[in-house]
Amino acid sequence: MALNITDIKRIAHLARIEINEAEAQATLIKLSGILGLIEQMQAVNTTGITPMSHSQDVVQRLRDDVITEINQRELLQSNAPAVADGLYLVPKVIE
Amino acid sequence: MEWEVVIGLETHTQLQTKTKIFSGASTAFGAEPNTQADVVSTALPGVLPVLNREAVNCAIKFGLAINAEIAPRSVFARKNYFYPDLPKGYQISQYELPIVGKGKLTIQVGDKEKIINITRAHLEEDAGKSSHDLKSGGAVEGMSGIDLNRAGTPLLEIVTEPDMRSAAEAVAYAKKLHELVQWIDICDGNMQEGSFRCDVNVSVRPKGSEKLGTRREIKNLNSFKFMTQAIEYETRWQIETLEDGGKIQQATVLFNPDTGETKSMRSKEEANDYRYFPDPDLLPLEVTEADKARVQATMPELPEAMKARFEAEYGLSRYDAALMTQSTAHAKYFEQTAKISNQPKLAANFLSGEIAALLNADNIDISNCPIPPENLAAVIGLVANQKISNKTAKDILPNLWKVVSGNFILSTYEGMLLHLTQMGAVQINDASAIEAIIDGVLAANQAMAEEFKAGKEKAFNALVGQAMKASKGKANPAQVNEILKKKLSS
Repeated sequence: MALNITDIKRIAHLARIEINEAEAQATLIKLSGILGLIEQMQAVNTTGITPMSHSQDVVQRLRDDVITEINQRELLQSNAPAVADGLYLVPKVIE
Repeated sequence: MEWEVVIGLETHTQLQTKTKIFSGASTAFGAEPNTQADVVSTALPGVLPVLNREAVNCAIKFGLAINAEIAPRSVFARKNYFYPDLPKGYQISQYELPIVGKGKLTIQVGDKEKIINITRAHLEEDAGKSSHDLKSGGAVEGMSGIDLNRAGTPLLEIVTEPDMRSAAEAVAYAKKLHELVQWIDICDGNMQEGSFRCDVNVSVRPKGSEKLGTRREIKNLNSFKFMTQAIEYETRWQIETLEDGGKIQQATVLFNPDTGETKSMRSKEEANDYRYFPDPDLLPLEVTEADKARVQATMPELPEAMKARFEAEYGLSRYDAALMTQSTAHAKYFEQTAKISNQPKLAANFLSGEIAALLNADNIDISNCPIPPENLAAVIGLVANQKISNKTAKDILPNLWKVVSGNFILSTYEGMLLHLTQMGAVQINDASAIEAIIDGVLAANQAMAEEFKAGKEKAFNALVGQAMKASKGKANPAQVNEILKKKLSS
């Protein structure tokens, strides 16, 4: 699959990453290189091998349903640029 | 042209766990904003999700209840999108390998049964809540407020095949599902608090056509009434659009309860490009046969099985059995009343009639019914033994409603009999007493008696009415009929 500059701009937009024309060109080359590598790997015969969804062949550990977290609102909100009445404030998201 | 509507549902059920799906923060409803938003819910860098065992058990329970295959291995994936109430920039969900596979739910519409196929059910986390109508002025002007208490609350999203063909079927399915998730105790079913919300996919096609039309998705319906209105409006709108030569664009729409209309949300140009990929922070989730067996052991008798048992064991009609199994609380109340009174049919009648009406009028759930099963059983016992008439029983229930609670005496047959005798509600079955009443009535209504003897049948009913009135409704009507007939023919 060959990428073009429009794909790069679209991917950048989806990821909310701002890139200029020069950066888009450079990214096109890098991303195409990664896709080339994947294409190369796809040539490997994997018949009969169960696909893995994680690099380690282990399963998820579960936690008991017990409350362990305390209210740390004040501490956590000291990071936030704007808060009011306990809410995090962000630029209005609906018009 | 005749049109057919095709409907599929996606339902988000909030699982009844104490803590969030990936962290030990509380999920209790109604807390002060962000007091239950821990480092995982607020997505601080470096934190890792740890899966809640209880959320997994809830999913397994649901899978068992709909006879679905439960995946021995399922995978969590990241669904990527940007919104302020989703601080990570992705929602952890399941995509290619959900925990619950294909299952079935049987619904009833009118007197017809229909099987609705469930495609899948997967575990995911809820997002936070945004509020846009913050008080204006000061720093808040032009801002939205974010509360992340709900972020990370475990959800089970249940997806159907496009199997429903009317608003009535869609609502019957939603109600059935709503009943089931509460029955197996995985969701509190509180629609107002958002514990059970439905997205409805609607499309129309010419009747007989196999090809599906373009669908529009009605988001976040949280009442069955709105669901009916929204589907009916949407169906009409789509048919009219097509008949006017228009085309349906795939879209997400919102239902406005004030206008009764559905309206397309601003179309997202990058809609549905969520770029799912397996979440590297979570390992595959394994469910073993032993896990399933452990959950199976905690499963209550399911509504369908219980319905069949009520028909067989208590001789209820299918309809009554369905009514008595509409919730676990109903079933429990019915079974206790039926067992104590040994009158299952009467118990079902009272429960679906008078008791239901009284509960409705006071807006009380049957689990808090002011008349406990023992007391209703006592009343039913008196009806069965003809100590009181059916009508008297119905008349006194509103009165008992107020006095019975906590009254130990009234929870026995004898106690109830004593109470009702004192109230003067007990039926008169004594033939000589009824005879005396009838003699009085005949003496006072000689003209009527003559009319009957002259062949006017209606006069008989009038005389029965007079006798019942004279006994204040307590004379056994069958005996009144019989004795009156005898007297008039002599």
